[in-house]
Amino acid sequence: MVNDTALKLDVGRKFSEAAAVGGAVIDLAAAKAEEKAKFVCRGVRVHYGAKEALHGVDMDVPDAGVTALIGPSGCGKSTFLRVFNRMNDTIPGARVSGSVLMDGADIYAKGVDPVLLRARVGMVFQKPNPFPKSIYENVAYGPRIHGLAASRGELDAIVEGSLKKAALWEEVKDRLKEPGTGLSGGQQQRLVIARAIAVRPEVILMDEPASALDPIATARLEELIDELRKNYCIIIVTHSMAQAARVSQKTAFFHLGDLVEFGDTRAIFTNPKDQRTQDYITGRTG
Amino acid sequence: MTTLGIFLSLIFESLRFFAQVPPLDFLTGLQWSPQTAMREDQAGQSGAFGAVPVFLGTLMITGVAMLVALPIGLMIAFYLAEYAPARMRAAVKPAVELLAGVPTVVYGYFALLTVGPAIRGFAEAMGFAVPTQSAVAAGAVMGIMIIPFISSLSDDVINAVPQSLRDGAYALGATKSETLLRVVFPAALPGIVGAFLLGVSRAIGETMIVVMAAGRAANLSANPFEAMTTVTVQIVAVLTGDQEFDSPKTLSAFTLGITLFVVTLILNVIALIVVRSYRDRYE
Ligand SMILES: Nc1ncnc2c1ncn2[C@@H]1O[C@H](COP(=O)(O)OP(=O)(O)OP(=O)(O)O)[C@@H](O)[C@H]1O
Ligand SMILES: [Mg+2]
Repeated sequence: MVNDTALKLDVGRKFSEAAAVGGAVIDLAAAKAEEKAKFVCRGVRVHYGAKEALHGVDMDVPDAGVTALIGPSGCGKSTFLRVFNRMNDTIPGARVSGSVLMDGADIYAKGVDPVLLRARVGMVFQKPNPFPKSIYENVAYGPRIHGLAASRGELDAIVEGSLKKAALWEEVKDRLKEPGTGLSGGQQQRLVIARAIAVRPEVILMDEPASALDPIATARLEELIDELRKNYCIIIVTHSMAQAARVSQKTAFFHLGDLVEFGDTRAIFTNPKDQRTQDYITGRTG
Repeated sequence: MTTLGIFLSLIFESLRFFAQVPPLDFLTGLQWSPQTAMREDQAGQSGAFGAVPVFLGTLMITGVAMLVALPIGLMIAFYLAEYAPARMRAAVKPAVELLAGVPTVVYGYFALLTVGPAIRGFAEAMGFAVPTQSAVAAGAVMGIMIIPFISSLSDDVINAVPQSLRDGAYALGATKSETLLRVVFPAALPGIVGAFLLGVSRAIGETMIVVMAAGRAANLSANPFEAMTTVTVQIVAVLTGDQEFDSPKTLSAFTLGITLFVVTLILNVIALIVVRSYRDRYE
């Protein structure tokens, strides 16, 4: 079970500081804090056809705050993110094994409906993807299909509340009937976040949500993420070290399908324990 | 250039026609019988040129055809685009497209010898008398011919809906059918409308099936089980046989032609605009 390379790397390191668990170096200080875990992943492997993209990941995602997934392109960050809402199920040929517990219940167990899971675990994509409908209808879509609103008034309230939480309300309140695709990139991304919030998820997954945005829109998005983390468990994939450092409390570094290091963001960035992590955050690889 | 040439010659002949028959008679007249009826006020001129029954026949048969082609074509498109496994798709798509390659004479025979009698037999069993040649028979068979136009174009359009939209819907906890009906279909709708309009203009221009299966009698009727005729059929009908070239009968063919030309041109232009604006939306 224990990954060879991780073991080798741990040799010569003080075991009081770090312990190897299934290939990942877990920060003991973090483990001691005994945070409640939202997700408990053990031995998570993902195959695309015959190719293994994730080689057994063990990770506890804390209930509160933002967890950042970083690592070089193609290391499996998006793949791992899609494990949490079973979006890999929609990719032909993709297979997930290992166990993923959400609040103690296996989300890959027989009888778990991925459709219901996805209502609890929202997702925001790299490229903003509003539906070709009005701003209002974009946000109302989720509540409609899940029957969350009994009346038009309730739906209006959900739409307004979600747009407010996504810090978009002030900009769009006078043009809710206009198409969502007509907004700027940054607004579209916040619209998509509002759309996800409208189904009252517990978790929001974000896959490089700022990569299509300019610096100002990015700053607004980061502010929003900082605001949202009070109420949602957020897992974010990012290519920007600075962004990971700014928005996240926990950081996980992936390399070639392995979780190399996972711990407090501050610790990862100031005192990485693995050479590969260090090389990556100092810009020598990736 | 060619288009312009055709158009100009049509206009020229039409003007000669309208010199002999008042345009209002043509557009609003309820009787179309270029061969037989004599108009008392215009001695020596033969025929009545009220085109309404001809237009209505076209409308009726096109309507029946689209009623058949649209739902079936769309169902095939959705199945192919969203549900069919790759191997099934590879087999079904060419098979459907083959329908478009069948000569229309063959469809005409099919309508006349199979569908028409079947409809008549069914109607007789229900206690109605219905002719073998009817708008329904011609329309239904024409619909079958148009299915591949609808299904193939719609399939392309549905495939062009970005995967990111489907992912967005799935990520909200939408089921496959919710995603299809409420995200993919609306997103593809402009393209589907375009496919529909192209199908309509194809139906309007179709001649052979109607000649064989719907008849030549210009009946003014709202009953689709009656024999009916269309613009294209009448063009053929008035031009066949020995006629002086500048008799109103012959000239009426050009006038019908130009009407047809203008209507299908408009339909095609609308279809193109709709499809193009749809493409722009995603690029
Ligand atoms: N749909 C797919 N089919 C086949 N292989 C895939 C698919 N998606 C990802 N992979 C492969 O799995 C590995 C991990 O991909 P993934 O997209 O998770 O990486 P990533 O860390 O998100 O990269 P990036 O930073 O470029 O987004 C890659 O080798 C990739 O080629
Ligand atoms: Mg990725």
